[in-house]
Amino acid sequence: MYKALSLRVAGWLSTVGSLGHFLTDVARSLRDLRVWTSLTVEQMRRIGVNSVPIALFIAAFTGIVLALQASYTLTGAVPLYFVGTAVGKSVLLELGPVLTGLVLAGRVGANIAAELGTMKVTEQVDALETLAYDPHSYLVVPRVVAASVMFPIIVALASALGIVSGWLTAINMLDLSSFEFFKGIRMFYQDKDVWYGLVKSISFGFVVAIIGCIMGLNVRGGAEGVGRATTKAVVYGSAMILVLDALWAMTVL
Amino acid sequence: MISFKEVRKSFDTNVVLDGFSLNVRDGETMIIMGYSGTGKSVALKHIVGLLEPDAGQVEVDQQVVHMLDRDGLTQLRSHVGYVFQFAALFDSMTVAENLALGLKRQRLSPAEIDDRVRESLALVDMEGTEEKRPAELSGGMRKRVGIARAIALHPRYILYDEPTTGLDPVTSAVINQLMIRTREKLGVTGVVVTHDLESAYTVGDRIAMLYHGQIRLVGSVEDVRRTHDPVVRQFLDGRPEAMAEADTGTFRAVR
Repeated sequence: MYKALSLRVAGWLSTVGSLGHFLTDVARSLRDLRVWTSLTVEQMRRIGVNSVPIALFIAAFTGIVLALQASYTLTGAVPLYFVGTAVGKSVLLELGPVLTGLVLAGRVGANIAAELGTMKVTEQVDALETLAYDPHSYLVVPRVVAASVMFPIIVALASALGIVSGWLTAINMLDLSSFEFFKGIRMFYQDKDVWYGLVKSISFGFVVAIIGCIMGLNVRGGAEGVGRATTKAVVYGSAMILVLDALWAMTVL
Repeated sequence: MISFKEVRKSFDTNVVLDGFSLNVRDGETMIIMGYSGTGKSVALKHIVGLLEPDAGQVEVDQQVVHMLDRDGLTQLRSHVGYVFQFAALFDSMTVAENLALGLKRQRLSPAEIDDRVRESLALVDMEGTEEKRPAELSGGMRKRVGIARAIALHPRYILYDEPTTGLDPVTSAVINQLMIRTREKLGVTGVVVTHDLESAYTVGDRIAMLYHGQIRLVGSVEDVRRTHDPVVRQFLDGRPEAMAEADTGTFRAVR
């Protein structure tokens, strides 16, 4: 029992040590500007631009559901313009960043882990090293920077569409005018609502990309290993988004 | 010169190299042969710092590889071409981009890079494939592009990891001729890891037999072909019972 526990603790410590080592290598490779800056734009397109449709799709339906559920909950209790408040606050503070983050953890995290994992098992990562490239500056930094920059942009677009779809639902399906809906939004609006969601999403982009890279570059074995790494990237990425979400709420709100 | 000095390397409890020592002289082609899974590729990866020894050291041009910092390692790697077993071409790039990647690191001008790419592809008889993707090439063609990528760097050393494994006899012969042509034209020092005897005899100046993590025998091709060392003899003669015994670690030399 004691031995098993000590082995497990040693395993955890070793994992933490490896993680620290990895992050140090990534930080050190930032000085290799010539390599990663040229690759980051392409990653921004792949990670960011290509993720916009799915993020907008989710946001549109989230806005519809939020407006209808807020109306269902609030009718008879408080004035209906609070539907605008509920939609605005929920989308900006929580659902925009978190739902988008979770969707991107699946799309982006899995993509990064599978791509780097396949490169690892086919020795392309070794080949990169023998060509005098540091895999951290060539593979990791462009993806992490691209995700950290593009996540808040996607979240901003998704949040905007979520509010618009909530507004369209309110004026078409509920007994609410545009004036009342936006009165509800303005009533409790603070600038912090916007930057809080965007700053949160930077941290989500960072962890999703870095976890995808760690899982991909540590693949062992063949296709099975790549599959395992991809699953872990999605699960750990999603879990970290929820943990970070709670931390942000505890420290900033 | 490349020197392995008492190199030890284990993966978990599996001891792969156990006091491995070998000198590769400038200008020669050294063959490292041995049974599958005996650590030949592991030894090769130590030369460019893809793996670090648990004990002992590998020296390239009197530099201890695992003591080099990132810049030193980058400098060393720019003088070493590495041909991977399955070519390890970047599948998201064209053939020309694969060759150009290492050259960009050497900060050559675009015109110089184009010239090198063309020249290297010509050397392996792969002209006209610049815009093809690795997925469009056969196994033999990929190996040739892998060799072209290595020689495009104009390295002092070329390391070949199982260059003919999995290829038909004719393609293997083509790859062997390529390795010889590369040495003649570029004067590079080569280390070839293989268990293909035909390739070893054709390409090598000297042959080293790796067995149980150590060099069992090293000598010229003729020395090795004529050896009476029972372990090497059984490997060269391809006796299956010797292989089975080696796999289970119960190998006993039969005189």
